[in-house]
Amino acid sequence: MNPNGKDAPAASDSSAPPRRNSKKPKYSRFTQQELPACKPILTPGWVISTFVLVGIVFIPIGLSSLFASQRVVEIVDRYDSTCIPQHYVENALAFIQSSETNKTCTRNLIVPKHMKSPVYIYYELDNFYQNHRRYVKSREDKQLRSKKYEHVIKNCDPEATTSNGSVIVPCGLIAWSLFNDTYGFSVNSKAVEVNKKNIAWKSDRDSKFGSDVYPKNFQSKGLIGGAKLDPSKPLNEQEDLIVWMRTAALPTFRKLYGKIEVDLEVNQKVKVVIQNNYNTYSFGGKKKLVLSTTSWIGGKNDFLGIAYLTVGGLCLFLAISFIIIYLIKPRPLGDPSFLSWNRNPAGHLN
Amino acid sequence: MKGMEMRGGRKRSIRLSNVYSFSCFRSSSGGNHSQIGQKGYSRVVYCNEPDHPDAKRLNYKGNYVSTTKYTALNFIPKALFEQFRRVANLYFLVVACVSFSPLAPYTAISIVVPLVVVIGATMGKEAVEDWRRKKQDIEANNRMVKVYGGDQTFHDTKWKKLRVGDLVKVEKDEYFPADLVLLSSCYDDGICYVETTNLDGETNLKVKQPLEATYSMHDENSFQQFKALIKCEDPNENLYSFIGTLYHGDTPYPLSPQQLLLRDSKLRNTDFVYGVVVYTGHDTKVMQNAVDLLPRGAELRGKWIRYKDIRGGMLVRWYLRPDATTVFFDPRRPYLAAFCHFLTALMLYGYLIPISLYVSIEIVKVLQSIFINQDPNMYYEETDRPARARTSNLNEELGQVYTILSDKTGTLTSNSMEFVKCTIAGTAYGHGVTEVESAMARRRNGGSLEIEDQLSNLTGDKGDGVDLTKSIKGFNFLDERIMNGNWVKEPHSDVIRLFFFILATCHTVIPEVDKESGDIHYEAESPDEAAFVVAAREIAFEFYERTQSSISLNELDPETGAKIGRQYQLLNVLEFSSSRKRMSVIVRNEEGQLLLLCKGADSVMFERLSEHGRIFEDETKDHIKKYAEEGLRTLVVAYRELGEEEYNTWQEEFVNAKISVTADRDSLVDAVADKIESDFILLGATAIEDKLQEGVPECINNLALAGIRIWVLTGDKLETAINIGESVMKQIEAGKSQVVSAKASSVESALIIDGKSLTYALDGDMEKMFLELANDCASVICCRSSPKQKALVTRLVKAGTGKTTLAIGDGANDVGMLQEADIGVGISGVEGMQAVMASDFAIAQFRFLERLLLVHGHWCYRRISMMICYFFYKNMTFGFTLFWFEAHASFSGQPAYNDWYMSFYNVFFTSLPVIALGVFDQDVSARLCLKYPQLHQEGTHNILFSWRRILGWMLNGVSSSIIIFYFVTTSTFPQSFREDGRVAAYEALGVAMYTSVVWTVNCQMAVSINYFTWIQHVFIWGSIVLWYLFLLIYGSLPPLLSTTAYKVLVEACAPSPLYWFSTLLAVISTLLPYFSYKALQISFFPMYHDMINRMQLEASAASHSSVSATARVEDRIRQLKDRLWHHSEP
Repeated sequence: MNPNGKDAPAASDSSAPPRRNSKKPKYSRFTQQELPACKPILTPGWVISTFVLVGIVFIPIGLSSLFASQRVVEIVDRYDSTCIPQHYVENALAFIQSSETNKTCTRNLIVPKHMKSPVYIYYELDNFYQNHRRYVKSREDKQLRSKKYEHVIKNCDPEATTSNGSVIVPCGLIAWSLFNDTYGFSVNSKAVEVNKKNIAWKSDRDSKFGSDVYPKNFQSKGLIGGAKLDPSKPLNEQEDLIVWMRTAALPTFRKLYGKIEVDLEVNQKVKVVIQNNYNTYSFGGKKKLVLSTTSWIGGKNDFLGIAYLTVGGLCLFLAISFIIIYLIKPRPLGDPSFLSWNRNPAGHLN
Repeated sequence: MKGMEMRGGRKRSIRLSNVYSFSCFRSSSGGNHSQIGQKGYSRVVYCNEPDHPDAKRLNYKGNYVSTTKYTALNFIPKALFEQFRRVANLYFLVVACVSFSPLAPYTAISIVVPLVVVIGATMGKEAVEDWRRKKQDIEANNRMVKVYGGDQTFHDTKWKKLRVGDLVKVEKDEYFPADLVLLSSCYDDGICYVETTNLDGETNLKVKQPLEATYSMHDENSFQQFKALIKCEDPNENLYSFIGTLYHGDTPYPLSPQQLLLRDSKLRNTDFVYGVVVYTGHDTKVMQNAVDLLPRGAELRGKWIRYKDIRGGMLVRWYLRPDATTVFFDPRRPYLAAFCHFLTALMLYGYLIPISLYVSIEIVKVLQSIFINQDPNMYYEETDRPARARTSNLNEELGQVYTILSDKTGTLTSNSMEFVKCTIAGTAYGHGVTEVESAMARRRNGGSLEIEDQLSNLTGDKGDGVDLTKSIKGFNFLDERIMNGNWVKEPHSDVIRLFFFILATCHTVIPEVDKESGDIHYEAESPDEAAFVVAAREIAFEFYERTQSSISLNELDPETGAKIGRQYQLLNVLEFSSSRKRMSVIVRNEEGQLLLLCKGADSVMFERLSEHGRIFEDETKDHIKKYAEEGLRTLVVAYRELGEEEYNTWQEEFVNAKISVTADRDSLVDAVADKIESDFILLGATAIEDKLQEGVPECINNLALAGIRIWVLTGDKLETAINIGESVMKQIEAGKSQVVSAKASSVESALIIDGKSLTYALDGDMEKMFLELANDCASVICCRSSPKQKALVTRLVKAGTGKTTLAIGDGANDVGMLQEADIGVGISGVEGMQAVMASDFAIAQFRFLERLLLVHGHWCYRRISMMICYFFYKNMTFGFTLFWFEAHASFSGQPAYNDWYMSFYNVFFTSLPVIALGVFDQDVSARLCLKYPQLHQEGTHNILFSWRRILGWMLNGVSSSIIIFYFVTTSTFPQSFREDGRVAAYEALGVAMYTSVVWTVNCQMAVSINYFTWIQHVFIWGSIVLWYLFLLIYGSLPPLLSTTAYKVLVEACAPSPLYWFSTLLAVISTLLPYFSYKALQISFFPMYHDMINRMQLEASAASHSSVSATARVEDRIRQLKDRLWHHSEP
């Protein structure tokens, strides 16, 4: 376009003597905003290939995770309402709060499919706000960590001290409300052992809960919240507590109770003896017992697979519709007449 | 020697003040002196007795001037107050205060530090600016002036020590320290010349004249007994009025503006003057004219503050909901609990109104300013001045400018009139090319380079041919038929001689002879007169001396070529006025012949020609028409011989009219003058070019194409204004007609209004009508407007259109206008630095405005609006995930994330890409911005920052947050999320969601920007990597520090495929809606920049090379060419 183009570089070199005190801005690609750049423009080709690519990647992922989820066998049994004797149905609260009532309850579960060991046992609570700010804050990490911080109870109100002022270990609402239903399993009248070792995170056992911290004055106040702790075991061995103390994110949550390390066969009858101690009745929460195997994707949840398939499918659909649109109505871009004033597409001009 | 002689001559001849009839000498008969002593006219000055007991009682303030906003004492409280007057700052202060209480959902440091930084930086900036003003004040206050003291001598005193009533002596080229009443000067009749550039932008000299009672006091001793009393009006802002009475002895003498020497004007051509101080310090007219310094907030910011308020309202509603439905912390004190809860929520959702937006915008704007400062395309080689962004607040407003209000002199024009052409005896002489002509020629040829070359060749050739092109100021006349004495050989050489004789005599120019070199410099009231005199000198008549009654010329003898000094007796000057549109002098030459010489506008001259004086009428008319089309200003030159008797009768009548003391004296004088100004013999006409600055026509043309309206506000005379209007507005109209093809009727009209009419137009009810009328006109010119009026017009336009106005000017008289407009651009030219000091941007030439607005303005506007939209988006995305979590945590104020994730969100993981966007993003290159000025419309109509767009982005943010929250929670909850059966608790969910947010927000950035350099890549992908790194490092700290983040990535999340797959799902799903929308929009509803990009892409695809490469090469070539051009220019 420019006949002088070729000579220009040479000329510029000679014509820019380093003049002293000149305020002339120095040329650099950075300050002139002329850095080498790629300017991606969404051309139809790019749009369609992006959609196709997403579709191609997503659909296999969706299929495989859906498949994995389908392979997982899960038994869910809600027992909070059935484990109340008939004459207490109207008055569940009285039943659960009383220390005289017999809270043992037996449930029979049928294994729908072969469950390969390990079979994980969870309890699931519903409408339990373990993520409520006041609840979450009501613990004292220092106290849990080490004996020398035993008297640090800053955040623990109202479960910091007993009525006579001595310190509660572990203090706070979370520990106080420790889940205390227990489950005993038997298959064909033969008791199945529940392994409760190694159900908490290793980092919690090693670094958050001290081996020299023993429960003290726990659940000795008037109102009993939940389970009692063995005062002779250090906190880092109280795995139920450790699991419970890692608060759930949502009001419906599962927590690991233990593992059954034998396979469960199809149609086997699993008898569960439940000690229905935990009070969810005052806030209308449900309690469920869950037995589940796992796959590489974790527990049973079809959502991920379905979502992947849906998004992948949608992308393919969009790709096809874009192709059709471009075919039917070739893009009007690149038409210089569109630059004229009067046809401003934004429609803001008069 | 010559100078001495001249002064001697002056001394001898002067006494007859009434012979003086220069236009500026009209005594103001309008002043009503009867009002003295009444309300508004109560000032009493005891001349030469500042210690008079009564004077002390009056206690007028001293001459100390302070233009600073703050003092050392009140800086901290006042500046803090200013800062916290901003709603946003106040909000952040409240949040910061509350964050120290246990209510805060996160640590106090994370909110206090940014607040302190922001406020500290802004206050620091204020302090520096104020310190600069302070330094100027100190400089001015400590300037020295000679004051008459008790010991009968003048001694140096600082300006600030000056008191009302002091007698001062001001010497040549000094500024007046205060408003003075002129007593006497070095001249016998006491006159002096002042330059009022700082006040009204006019560079010509004005004559001031003392009262008869005082002009004779020339030496210091005569002031020993001098005592006088001045009663005058109270301090006011009106530069052109002054009413007062001086009592000398018991005799009252009326004072008028003629006697008033204003502060900040300069004494010129006069060795010294004596004066009495009447107004000091802030009472002076110039200080009264100063407009208060008000902080200017940009529109965009205004909008986002409004947005903030809306968010505040929503916060209140959100708080109501938990209050009504869920558990209080303390059921016994519900109201207190509710209030505390509210404060917690306020802070938690503070993420929706990020303080970091403030910080980021400040950073980005500063960097943008650096780019503006560093642009070599806005560097002016001749004065060695680059463009300067003096404030960084208004960068994006540059891209939204709707109206430009421009000063004329020194801004559009280079303030030099050039004698370009003339027609004498029906023959047109002079073939210079005017700016307008060349601009039109260029446009006709589609801006091709060839014609430019041709034109430059053309002028270049002539430069070689005639040696005179060593650039004589005011003279750009090229015609070998007349130059170098060749005119003698022309057929009508006598007519030519008379023509230039008239140019040499019929004027009010004052010659100033340089004592050393003997060069003559002309001081003219209007630069076109100077151009005439220069032209006459170059041809044949060198005008070198003026006395009250004579004019002396060095004439070129046609035969011998020698120079002969001749003196002409100057009998009368019939001065120029806008109603008369002509000026005449009556002279008697050495032969005793009486000549009436006249020059005037064609509209009044042709009807005054005598029967036998019309020989050349038709040709002359043709030529005048042609000149006018070329944008030149024309004056018809004619003369007549007077009989002795006729003159004497007329002279008697004229003197009678002049000494009459009736109100209609002026019209009486005009009527008498009219009598003799007839029966002229036409000689020809002159054509003067009011030289536009380089590149002005093209610049205006492009700005008009960009849809920007241009108003010209000038202190000039109506004629001058119309003339410049014709030359400039032609460009605008040419641009406009391409722009609005439909509304042809309104295009052609231009509104021209003068200062007096403007006072009525700006008055109350008329304002609206005036604005409506002005809006219908393609162009508006306001002439004879005072600085205050300029500011008022600016305010009117600003308020009336509601759109961004830009004022551009170069003189002190433009300061008010610059400050009133949304953006003030100062031309750092020759007229001092006041305009630059008051401006927001300083450029060296008007033509740089094009680049400033169309390139930098467009980019900055686009960047800032994109940035704000994106900021809203990213904080919505983040904030609403918090909110959805809240909804599942019974609105207890528990954040979904660890404190430090939240604190660092706006600092590390998302901030740098936004800053990169704000600093570097370009939709189209600079070259294309200039090629398609229409792009500017995106800014004027605020398309990129409309509520629709903001809401769209916010909606995008909300939907992203919904997708992220529900996809992540439903896919990871409540089942185990790993193969070992463990479930995701609070910590893991937080990390999973946060990861998705960081990915989404950064990828969204990658999808929405148009311009990827390595910087963008580093920032965007770096931010994501940084998040993982942070998690790794933070998670490996002892658990008491890292709390919920302890080993969360290493132990819990990273080994879980679900974590990675849910992230991928959430990220892609959130990007899909925007991506599809953008693909559709670009293809089917493209905006300007999309179309330009596409055209560019196609053009380069056609030429089988990549788009960036060609664009780069072209840019580079263009730049080199520019550089080359600049270098070869001088």
